[in-house]
Amino acid sequence: MKNTNEMEIIFDSRSSNEGFARVAVASFMTQLNPTVEEVSDVKTAVSEAVTNAIIHGYENEIHKISIFCQIEENQISVIVEDTGKGIENVEEAMQPMYTTKPELERSGMGFAFMEAFMDSVEVESEIGQGTKVKMKKTIGKGRESWTTQSL
Amino acid sequence: MEIRKNKKKDYEREGYVTDACPSFLNGTNRRSIIMKYQVQENCLTIYLPREVDHHNAEAMKREADKIIEKDHIKYIIFDFADTDFMDSSGIGVIMGRYKTICLIGGEIWAVHANKRIRKILTLSGMTKIMQIYEEEKV
Repeated sequence: MKNTNEMEIIFDSRSSNEGFARVAVASFMTQLNPTVEEVSDVKTAVSEAVTNAIIHGYENEIHKISIFCQIEENQISVIVEDTGKGIENVEEAMQPMYTTKPELERSGMGFAFMEAFMDSVEVESEIGQGTKVKMKKTIGKGRESWTTQSL
Repeated sequence: MEIRKNKKKDYEREGYVTDACPSFLNGTNRRSIIMKYQVQENCLTIYLPREVDHHNAEAMKREADKIIEKDHIKYIIFDFADTDFMDSSGIGVIMGRYKTICLIGGEIWAVHANKRIRKILTLSGMTKIMQIYEEEKV
């Protein structure tokens, strides 16, 4: 039988919820027995996606952000969704150092970090409808579980 | 500076700054954390919190800028001793401060950065503009 599990959280787009969001995803993924490194990777990616939703999607207005997590075998998928203003040009937005808000002194590294820390990042966005960021990461890649080895 | 030197307390001090976020920006939500720092002559050491994200980066930027202007800061040391999480908002803090002080020929440093923080700094290209001070090499 396939090992699957799901969870979903919906919260207000307040910056104080960023910490909560990444910790929630991090604790959900512990069932995959990840390394500290892998947990940090996912936490950073979630934090970037949620920050994007807050400052770009909703432009600091308070609306809902939802995170849907799914575990399948040893892969975790995280979908961060907002119903904000959407991204005009996704490809351009994903360029490192690209930012539409230079006055905020953002580094423009958000998507670059997501791509660096996750195995795959997909962005679906529609102007005025919102943005959906789908990220996937296989946990324990290239690492044999020592418990299954015969001694 | 001459006048101040008599009062050691004035030019070498430590402080905990409270996050005085205007209420119209943040509703009734006021917190009292944010930034621990130290000023010695024209050098500012910022002790970064455990987690550096967009949430606390904004207040840190404001505080740091105030201090940089007031105390004529030329060198900034970012102390990551307590930090185990940082995202691209932290990079924004460093980059923004660098832009300010590089105009007057200043420098920025990172100390006590763990493996994770170093990875983030390297990945974002920060290592090109800042010195990472390494200690206790085995």
